Amino acid sequence: MTQNDQDLSCGCDKPAVAVASVSQSPSRRNLLFKVGAGLNGIAAAFIGVPLLGFVLSTFKRESTETWISLGPMESFPRGETRLAAYRNPVNKPWDGDTAEVPCWVRRIDQESFQVFAINCTHLGCPVRWFQASRLFLCPCHGGAFYEDGSHASGPPPRGLFEYRHKVESGELKVLGGHLPTLAEPL
Amino acid sequence: MLRSIALWFEERLHLTKLFEATGGHKVPPSTNSWFYVFGSGTLLCFLLQIVTGTCLAFVYVPSTNEAWTSLQYLNNQQFLGWFLRAVHNWGSIFMVGIMTLHLVQTFLFGAYKYPRELTWVSGCFLFLCTLGMAFTGQVLRFDQDAYWGLGIGASIMGRVPLVGAQVVHLMLAGPTIAGETLSRFFSLHVFVVPGMILALVSLHLRLVLTRGINEYPKPGSVVLKESYETEYEDLIKKTGVPFVPNVIGKDLIFSAFLVIAIVTCAVVFGPAGPSGPPNPTLIHTAPKPDFYFLPIYAILALLPAYMETFLLLVAPVIGVALLILLPFYSGTGEKSYRRRPMAVVVVLLAALTAGLLAYLGTFAPWSPHMEAWSSASTPPAYVSGRSALELQGAILIQSKQCRNCHSLGGEGGLRGPALDTVATRLTHDQLIRQVIQGSGNMPAYGKNLRPAEVAALVAFMQTLRPSYQPPARDSTRVAAANPLAKDLRASR
Repeated sequence: MTQNDQDLSCGCDKPAVAVASVSQSPSRRNLLFKVGAGLNGIAAAFIGVPLLGFVLSTFKRESTETWISLGPMESFPRGETRLAAYRNPVNKPWDGDTAEVPCWVRRIDQESFQVFAINCTHLGCPVRWFQASRLFLCPCHGGAFYEDGSHASGPPPRGLFEYRHKVESGELKVLGGHLPTLAEPL
Repeated sequence: MLRSIALWFEERLHLTKLFEATGGHKVPPSTNSWFYVFGSGTLLCFLLQIVTGTCLAFVYVPSTNEAWTSLQYLNNQQFLGWFLRAVHNWGSIFMVGIMTLHLVQTFLFGAYKYPRELTWVSGCFLFLCTLGMAFTGQVLRFDQDAYWGLGIGASIMGRVPLVGAQVVHLMLAGPTIAGETLSRFFSLHVFVVPGMILALVSLHLRLVLTRGINEYPKPGSVVLKESYETEYEDLIKKTGVPFVPNVIGKDLIFSAFLVIAIVTCAVVFGPAGPSGPPNPTLIHTAPKPDFYFLPIYAILALLPAYMETFLLLVAPVIGVALLILLPFYSGTGEKSYRRRPMAVVVVLLAALTAGLLAYLGTFAPWSPHMEAWSSASTPPAYVSGRSALELQGAILIQSKQCRNCHSLGGEGGLRGPALDTVATRLTHDQLIRQVIQGSGNMPAYGKNLRPAEVAALVAFMQTLRPSYQPPARDSTRVAAANPLAKDLRASR
């Protein structure tokens, strides 16, 4: 700051021409400053808008839901609840194990199933099935759910998230593709 | 020769002037105090984090497929990799700790008051950025806790009204926790937030120079907007001493001890994690946050459900706003904590609350012990001399996973009450009702137990009382069966 002031006021080392043009036409200097600032504003928008678009590109609701097979329905015994897993349909080559998504499959009778997300509806921790007490328990804050996924006790605000599912040519399929949350259940 | 080299640089860089305007600036001699070392201590921790973090980035691979393996490589194969990971971890713990002390000290010493409002505000943002570093750093240690921690973060964001789903997608860089999620947090942890911290530290230090360092407050000296600045200028003119070399000594000593403490902790305790691999199908895990977030973890288990969304989304905003705006509603007046009892009470309450919640968070009494049903033993005294039916109940209390929430002989979950003396609290009928219908935090077991199993369970629980304490008694039944006088005699 002070350095600049010195340069302008004394101008000892500055070429005479520069000092002259600056002192001669203040209006021209103002105009150039304004044009320069305005141009930079436009330039900032040129780079800033696509930049924001890039960063905020995931700020959207849509997720690519796909029907995914959990395997032949015979692998789920009647009257039992089993852990199953599917590979996330929107995976990337570098996802590694994180593309594997677990879920709980409850086979009620021959044709009727329930498929629950692994995530507790409280804060998303993985719930565990306890066959003998027929409960899902969450290790984080102690939420508990009955075998049909309904809320049994603890802090969760609702029952387990349930996948839409269908049986197609002997295979159990679920509609998946996103992490279930209260804002976006399955 | 040396002198001429120094002069050559001096001529070009005006180093003397720079020194006079920075390190050599005059400060009140009262600031030569051990209470004034926490700011420089925090800065030192930050510099240490930059150095160790940069070194770790030489080896760490920010890819969901490789991150965990590269952490194992750092721990076990890279020469001194374990040491750098440990120093980085302990550096972060000390940074959060020392910064909290700095915050408390400046609060208690009234340093935020006129004319140092912006110093306080920038400091508050530095505090938030540092907590942001703590959270994002925990994610980069990409293990089971990190994976489920992201799920917890997403679940919290999913409670935002209207745009919850969008915010979740923005945070996770897509609809699920996957490759791009880790890249996002790597960029935040390594570029974005440290950049913000550097900018804020510059502002913070610039303000220390322009607005001066807070003098050690004397009880009774009151800050008035009209007179404070002239008073401070007078103080500096009359008694001011250059920060370097007169006052920096204590900072240097504290900083040296800080580095020694961090390295010692790193060597003694080693690096943190990584815990199990971040494979979501390995569900036998109980995710837990690092210690800075234990109070939040605890309060989310202890609050009634209807308050949670408010507490998660609104309360932090109000709390942070109250903190940041402090100099604007309490900008003048008494500075010394000796004359500000409420300030002391606020600090004590906050420390007690955070400390107690963090303490509870370390053993999480609200979490079921997932393995207790198959691993916790039954005290021999509770089974000796019992009938076949009662013994059957003792088996059921294990096999039906009751022990996951209820302890016997100090083993088992703490989610529900210990059952050692349950017979003194609940009658036969109440036990049956509680098992079948549940209540409070207990699920109803009516559908999952046959009547004979309930009978066995209750028979066993009725034996659970010390010999010197009578069983719980159903007063209505006694009254109905007996006339009043008989009842009184019986109870005697």
